[in-house]
Order: sequence, then C-alpha cells, then structure tokens
Amino acid sequence: MLHVLAYRKLIQGPVKALGRYSMLLIHAGSALPDFSTYRKNLFSQMVQIGVESIPIVALAAAFSGAVTTVQTSYQLVSPFLPKSIIGSIVVPSMILELGVVVTGFILAGRVGARIAAELGTMRVTEQIDALEAMGLNSIGYLILPRVLAGILMFPVLYVVACFVGISGGILVGHFFGFVPAGEFLQGAREFFQPFDPIFGLIKSFVFGFTITSISCYKGYFTLGGAEGVGQSTTQAAVSSCVFILVADLILAATLL
Amino acid sequence: MITIESINKHFGDKHVLVDVSLEIFEGETLAIIGRSGSGKTVLMKHIIGLMQPESGRVTVDGTDINRISYTELRRVRRQFGVLFQGGALFDSLSAFENVAFPLRTFTSMDEREIIKEVHICLEMVDLVDVGSKMPAELSGGMKKRVALARAVALKPRYILYDEPTSGLDPETSNTIDELIKGLTDQLNVTSIVITHDMHSVLSIADRAALIYMGRMHWVGSIQELHSSDDQILNDFVKANEYQIGNPKEE
Repeated sequence: MLHVLAYRKLIQGPVKALGRYSMLLIHAGSALPDFSTYRKNLFSQMVQIGVESIPIVALAAAFSGAVTTVQTSYQLVSPFLPKSIIGSIVVPSMILELGVVVTGFILAGRVGARIAAELGTMRVTEQIDALEAMGLNSIGYLILPRVLAGILMFPVLYVVACFVGISGGILVGHFFGFVPAGEFLQGAREFFQPFDPIFGLIKSFVFGFTITSISCYKGYFTLGGAEGVGQSTTQAAVSSCVFILVADLILAATLL
Repeated sequence: MITIESINKHFGDKHVLVDVSLEIFEGETLAIIGRSGSGKTVLMKHIIGLMQPESGRVTVDGTDINRISYTELRRVRRQFGVLFQGGALFDSLSAFENVAFPLRTFTSMDEREIIKEVHICLEMVDLVDVGSKMPAELSGGMKKRVALARAVALKPRYILYDEPTSGLDPETSNTIDELIKGLTDQLNVTSIVITHDMHSVLSIADRAALIYMGRMHWVGSIQELHSSDDQILNDFVKANEYQIGNPKEE
C-alpha cells in the first residue's frame, strides 16, 4: 500500500504534471499563427508584465548594484589591489547573475502570482469554460499572450536592471568614497567579455518563459474554489523561483 | 438535433455518468432534472464538448463532437449559447463589453453595429441601463441576465442553461423563467435547462429528463411527468413542491 502511495506521489504525479504542462505549451504553440486571437491581449500583457514591473525591478537592481559595490570594496581593501577591480567584479556580477536573477525573483512574485491568481479565478468562476463554450481557443487567448509577453519583456527588464544596477554601484562607490566613477568604469571595461550580456539575454529569455509558462499552467489547471486559487498562486511563485535557480545552473554549466 | 448515446464518465472511483442516453429535439425546451451531484452539469459539459466521455458518443446534428478536430469542435460550439451557473461574466469587462465580446471576436461587425446589437440583446433581458456597470456591481439576477444576453448575442441554435434560477429569490427566478420562455419563442432555439427547480421545469419545459445517481432514470413530457407513477420521480417532484410550499425549509 505504501509503495503504491509513494509511486503515485513521487512518480505518477510529476510525470502527469509534466505531460499536462507539455500539452498546454503545445496547444499554445499551435495557436501562434492565429495572431488576431491574442493580439490585443499580448499588448496589454506586455504592459502589465513589462512596463508596470520597471519601478520595482529598477529599485531592486539599484540596491543590488549598490550593495555589491560596498561589499566588494569591503572584501578587497588592500594597498596592493587597484580600486578599479571593484568595477571589474560588480559589472560582470550584474550582467551575468544579479541583473537577471533578481529580476526573475521579482517577476516570479509579482507577475507569476498575478497570472496564476487571474487564471485560477477565471477557472473556478467558469470564465474559461465560457470562453471555450463560445468557440474560442482559451489557451490561445489566455496563455499564449502571457507567455509571449514574458519572453519579450523579460530581456527589456533585464537591460533596465543591469543599467540601473551598475549605475547604483557607480553612484554609491563614488559618493561614499569606495571607488571613483572613472576607476570603476575602467575596471569594468578591462574585464568586459562580449559574451556576458549575450549570456544574460539568453537567461532572460529562458526565465521569462519559465515564469510565465509555469504560472499559466498552475492557474489554468486550478481546482476548487478560493482555496484552490490561493494554492495555485503560492505554487506559481515558489515553483517559478525554484525553476529559475535550476535553469540558471543548467545554463551556466552548459554555456559558460 | 442532439443525441447522447450511452456515455460513461468517472471522476476517480466515482461513476458520475452511467450509460446515459438522451435525444434532444429541434425547437424543444428540455429540462434535465435531478438532485445536486447527480451528474446534470457533467452531462451539460459533455453536450458542448467541455468534457469527453470515456465511452459512448455525443452528436450534434449528426456530427460526433468527440471525433472531430478542435477547430471543428469550436465551430460546432458557436451554435451554442451557454448560461453558466454563476453567470461566468468576464470580471475585467463591463456588462456592455461582456455582451459585445462574442460579437467582436466572431463577427466582422463595425463598432456602430456592435453597439446596436448589444442594446438589442440587453433589451431582451430588460437591462438596457446597466451596460457601463462591472459584473461586481451587479446583483445575482442581473449577472444571469447579462450572461443570458451574452449567450444569445450570436443568435445560437441551442441554448444551455445551467441552474438558471439557483441562488435567486422567487421573484427573480420567475423573471428568469419568463426570459427563457420568451427567448425560446423569440429566437426559435432549442433550449436545454439543467435544474432542480421544479417550478421552473413546469413553467418553461416541454419535456423533462431525470438523472438519478448518474443514470438517465426517466424521460417524458411534462404531461407524463404529472401522471407518472415512478417512485423516484414522484419523490423528487414532491420534495420540490414541499420546498416551494415551505420556503423556510430550504
């Protein structure tokens, strides 16, 4: 009996979930040519997911850049090391990791939870059934524009995060006397690798897809009433964060 | 014409629909009655292809809706208007936008024609002045009426009503019944009403079908319903009469 329960919980459940997730994405992908179905929703989702996230992403990135500068200068105080080394550490850190991961975590909470709550509420109040009953492809209408908006807008937010984060680092370093702006930038230039921003952009596409697709999946298949919506919302945010970390490791191990 | 042939459906270990068969004829109003949890709504979802049976088939005008592509199924669904139990209005859209939604999505009407058509639909349900209100600002009865206006916007051939009067006071229930009756005559549609409200059944339906423990237990005209000596049917009807006569017991 215990074997059966363990089998259901550890193997059958995740395999079923993966199957349903894949089918959802295949369905969404097949609706791609039908642009008129999701055009309007795509633009509104791009605003909600992208434009409206700029303030919180910029705030988090600014503090991340500033704190990284302060901590790097604290760890590397030595007369034998040029201060420019701070810039050479802070900038790649922002471009390779902090800019994209901090943005990812913020979007997992802000966007992932909202998507799951919206779709979950639509599911339990039969609004998704109503769309289907009308003869509309609900996956094409609801899921596809959200996932596309995530893939398109995450890189934009990543660029904003890097720009603001690095600027925060420069300003704090300069005005708090850790490193003059000129030396910071000199260090950043010396150790700059052209592949770093490309790698960051690749990660941002993957994270944008991960967050929105997982959240759509959790919301679309919500069961039950208000409790089910609550569970989906929490699971969307938590699963998105976990899979961001997994994707981060896989991408770093394979592409760097 | 809609034909349901020996469909079966399980939810986990529970056999929700057991060999259910039913014919729904053109132009009639059929009430599918039964206790809560007897499988009425599940049957409705099979009729429109929102659920697939494990065995058996559902045909709409001769087309087996479980053996056609999703694109074709969506085309079949456009012949249906559905009034869901809670209305299922899109809560981010106003009442007007809700009714306009199917017109904007599935027709090539320009904005002026859409406004005119939405007004006609809202007029049918006596709600011309609530167009700008959001669903959250509407009462339960109003929500159902707006949902009804949305369901008839594309002039469907079939209208499915899922518990149209549940949760409403007797006066509003009567209004909804009158609307269903009026729309059926006005639009010449086939109506399928899922309900456990015998008052509604007697005032709007031509025929009734009783689902009991997942099985199609009894099908007949309203006249036959009155004269039937089927124990389960009579118990169900009597329980409803008792509730109508003693509202405090509800």
